[in-house]
Amino acid sequence: IPLQFAGLADVSISEDIPVEGEITVPVGAQSPEEDFSTLDEPVKDTIMRDLKAVGKKFVHVMYPKKSSALLRDWDLWGPLVLCVSLALMLQGGSADSKDDGGPQFAEVFVIIWFGAVVITLNSKLLGGTISFFQSLCVLGYCVMPLTVAMLVCRLVLLVGAGTVSFIIRLIVVVAMFGWSTLASTAFLADSQPPNRKALVVYPIFLFYFVISWMILTFTPQ
Amino acid sequence: GTAADWGGFEDNVQVRGSAVIDMENMDDTSGSSFEDMGEMHQRMKEEEEEEEGEAGAADEEEDGEFLGMKGLRGQLGRQVADQMWQVGKRQASRAFSLYANIDILRPYFDVEPVQVRARLLESMIPVKMINFPQKIAGELYGPLMLVFTLVAILLHGMKTSDTIIREGTLMGTAIGTCFGYWLGVSSFIYFLAYLCNAQITMVQMLSLLGYGLFGHCITLFVTYNIHFHSLFYIFWLAVGGLSTLRMVAVLVSRTVGHTQRLILCGTLAVLHMLFLLYLHFAYHKVVEGILDTLEGPNMSPFQRVARDIPVVPNAVLNTTVKAVALTL
Repeated sequence: IPLQFAGLADVSISEDIPVEGEITVPVGAQSPEEDFSTLDEPVKDTIMRDLKAVGKKFVHVMYPKKSSALLRDWDLWGPLVLCVSLALMLQGGSADSKDDGGPQFAEVFVIIWFGAVVITLNSKLLGGTISFFQSLCVLGYCVMPLTVAMLVCRLVLLVGAGTVSFIIRLIVVVAMFGWSTLASTAFLADSQPPNRKALVVYPIFLFYFVISWMILTFTPQ
Repeated sequence: GTAADWGGFEDNVQVRGSAVIDMENMDDTSGSSFEDMGEMHQRMKEEEEEEEGEAGAADEEEDGEFLGMKGLRGQLGRQVADQMWQVGKRQASRAFSLYANIDILRPYFDVEPVQVRARLLESMIPVKMINFPQKIAGELYGPLMLVFTLVAILLHGMKTSDTIIREGTLMGTAIGTCFGYWLGVSSFIYFLAYLCNAQITMVQMLSLLGYGLFGHCITLFVTYNIHFHSLFYIFWLAVGGLSTLRMVAVLVSRTVGHTQRLILCGTLAVLHMLFLLYLHFAYHKVVEGILDTLEGPNMSPFQRVARDIPVVPNAVLNTTVKAVALTL
């Protein structure tokens, strides 16, 4: 063995461990990964960024003008929060609250998510250009007016449960139902071929109608 | 050498399924969509692995000479594992894109609003010509929407009648009933049609029965809100009868032979009409006062299915319950 290799004779390289890390030293500007890596920022920044995104979407739903921001950066936090709060508020509203408290939460949850999935599949089958999660995002966020209606209904029911309160609740729920349907139509109908908008709007109408009906017929125990 | 052999494992067929639950929408340029990141990552990894595979093959011979048999076996083992993983992953994704491909259903949803409206109206008009096969559109949008509308109407009916469902939920019962009827009876009649040599496909049967539910929707929508039993019977015969007649006529036009026609159409008519009757009486509020004035003392046995508690003062209720508890 030549002299310079004598020391290497008893070195055993484990061939299973690959060589890691950068061999070349980056020259000059920072490596591009640092711009996209969000692992190193403080947790507060991450949470605030997500909260701001959710808040911005709520504002979009309240003033539904055509904008692609809601569609582009979809997220499902808002719909989850809305769905859970709506389901919680709808609990305990029938004769036997002992039996029906459990299933009602699951009922609302399943209706909202299953209904949203069906509407999305339907709009895709009719030739829509929107993606699956974008559509779920829009439909979930547009439940917000109905959640507000539920809140108002509960407050009105605290005051009294007569005909006047029913009329108030009816007006509020119908108005919010219209708002929800219009808001989601504003976002979703554009992704359809123009002569089939009615075919897509009808299931959305039915979906929000069922939710509105559950809200209107809610009577606390 | 060995690299070429291992290459045989790879399938060169690139299956690009369109519109699976479409994860790669070109308009979706969001940074937060993990599905896109997943796709990019996947492609990068596959490119890496291909390069690795080639590089590994080249290194393999050198390493084999340098480290002896142990090194060769280690490299081989890793390559085999990689290849198996690749093959398995490709097969799984192909199976997924085959079965979850909703494009299979796309032709059945290819419909215009005017067509849907026309078909809805047609479903109430029985055809006159039964001597040659009537055309049935194999479309699933209308029937699906009608089934969901029926579910919504049923929910409305159940809520106003305070039906208590012990096992399961209101929604589950409504969906189960409507979808069960649509899918189950369609399959059953399709099976009978197969036995009776009728010219009808499964999709056409689903479509026919689905549009036949339009009559049910109208009847139930009206009679759940206006609680007159005589009104219900009129609607049952008129509206239910019309839609049943239409379905029967279409089926008769596609069947040959008197016995077969009788079996097929008789079954369908009976099931369809009975379903409407069931929906009305099982989920409908029984208002005792109105019943007494309209129907007199003769009540049909179905009416005891719905929950009808007369309004009594709490004191009476409490004493009754206590009495029952004491006797148990």
